[in-house]
Amino acid sequence: MQSRLKKLATEIRIAQLEEFKARGFGHIGGALSITDCLAALYGEIMKFDPKNPQWEDRDRLVMSKGHAGPALYATLAIMGYFPMEMLKTLNANGTHLPSHCDKNLTPGIDMTTGSLGQGASTAAGLALGLKAQNKDCRVYLILGDGESQEGQVWEMALFAPQHKLNNFIAFLDNNKRQLDGYTSEICSIEPVDEKFKAFGWYTLRIDGSDPDKIVEAVNDAKANQGDKPAMIILDTVKGAGVKAIEDTKLNHHLNVGDEADGYIAELKAEME
Amino acid sequence: MFKCIYNGEKEKAAGKNVFGATIKKMVQNDPKVVYLDADLMNSIGTFGLDKDYPNQIVEVGIQEANMIGVAAGMSAAGMKPIAHTFGSFAGRRVFDQAFMSVAYAKNNVVIIGSDSGINAAYNGGTHMPFEDICLYRAVPEATVIDTTDSAMLGSILPQLVENKGLTYVRICRKNCVAVYSEDSTFEQGKANVLRDGKDVAIIAAGYMVSEALKAAEELAKEGIDAAVIDMWCIKPLDEAVVLEYSKKCGAVVTAENGNVVGGLGAAVAELLGEKQPTPISMVGIRDRFGQVGTVDFLAKEYGLTAEKVCEEVKKTIARK
Repeated sequence: MQSRLKKLATEIRIAQLEEFKARGFGHIGGALSITDCLAALYGEIMKFDPKNPQWEDRDRLVMSKGHAGPALYATLAIMGYFPMEMLKTLNANGTHLPSHCDKNLTPGIDMTTGSLGQGASTAAGLALGLKAQNKDCRVYLILGDGESQEGQVWEMALFAPQHKLNNFIAFLDNNKRQLDGYTSEICSIEPVDEKFKAFGWYTLRIDGSDPDKIVEAVNDAKANQGDKPAMIILDTVKGAGVKAIEDTKLNHHLNVGDEADGYIAELKAEME
Repeated sequence: MFKCIYNGEKEKAAGKNVFGATIKKMVQNDPKVVYLDADLMNSIGTFGLDKDYPNQIVEVGIQEANMIGVAAGMSAAGMKPIAHTFGSFAGRRVFDQAFMSVAYAKNNVVIIGSDSGINAAYNGGTHMPFEDICLYRAVPEATVIDTTDSAMLGSILPQLVENKGLTYVRICRKNCVAVYSEDSTFEQGKANVLRDGKDVAIIAAGYMVSEALKAAEELAKEGIDAAVIDMWCIKPLDEAVVLEYSKKCGAVVTAENGNVVGGLGAAVAELLGEKQPTPISMVGIRDRFGQVGTVDFLAKEYGLTAEKVCEEVKKTIARK
């Protein structure tokens, strides 16, 4: 029996499979791996208003691994930011749902991302700017593990504790794979939790496939981060939730055809 | 309204002092103005301000890419950021961050690059930005400014934080040759005609404006009537004044403290080539790297002098 949040995660997976299928291809591996985190954020953690996407006191989310945009679009549609039908326009000519997140095109997207590493800094800037104005809201950041090979991530990792950004909670979607293969074989970031601890972050490392555990970790961070930023390392599987995609080694960007109907049927069965 | 006070003498105040005083005034007057620096506050007159204005002055440390991203994020949080580093880093080192996190994302950030072109002097070729104007001209919707002197700098900075998108501004840390009175005001996108003339239009920016004025005085002695236009706002280019003066004079010479590839000269030539072909010559760095030296030495080495402007004017007039 799936929990409420796990059910939401499954719904998001189904919606994004339909979204990818409509276009026929996309960055599906890293979209699926961050889905449980999105279910936790939008199902429980974040303060937001789909009727007023620019609400000043909302929590912000920066999807720094911008290619996971389609997972976020599916979540935003389910939350009511725009009609579910719009998901079928992913990457269509003139779309409001481009491959990478664009805050000027999509309601509910708080920051434009895509060039990896940059969302780390813009998220820290949002946190600093909101703090300077005494705003009672938080900034959430999602980084990729491959993305964490970028130097800019580590510039920000030094910066955020220095400026005591305790309104800032980051996730690292540690799905172990990048476009060209396994992260450990290309340029390992491990032990990544020890690295963030050493940089002065309140750091947790959890199973990233369980939205309820993600909620617990965020509550832990809020209660215990003190004057530090928090980093929650999510151990995930690239392609999570769809066995055939998990089992495809190079699953960063795949063609998605009629086989998606089978995956959707399996996910629906899991929900019941 | 501007008033040209050029007489060949330098300004009393160094650019960095005017910059520091202006930033201080701006953070005092507007709680949304935020200034970021990457460990060069002691070089640009803003040192110590972070102690008095901890919420508005951010010493980021030596991480220029992060600084531009943080500035972009602060803009998205409703602040009005100005970020400074040397021009060499403010252009090429942070170009992707400036392009995507600022310009493409439509965040509003003023990026200040100090020590433009040969003003990098003793920091040498590694620190000598000849390419920054070219880079930022190629960013859609960006505003690109090469300040003429510190009177202009102090006057325009407060209006630049109200700009939309990316604004790139070159400034000089030292004492510039005085061109403008301190009470001068400036309108972005409007060039300043500093001297009227009918034989040739010299269109200059930044360091080269005073050299162009000096050249015009020399040319007058030889009976050549040169107009001098300060194209301090390189993008958006004041197309109307270029077209008016190229038509009136029939010859154009551009003068800039940077590579002619993609710079001011290129901007003017692109416009004239498409709309009103006119003999043109470009004074500037002819696709070379910088090197260590005094500004005077470098000016001679790279041909950024009034003498060079006079030479090119005569050649260009002969091509009419």
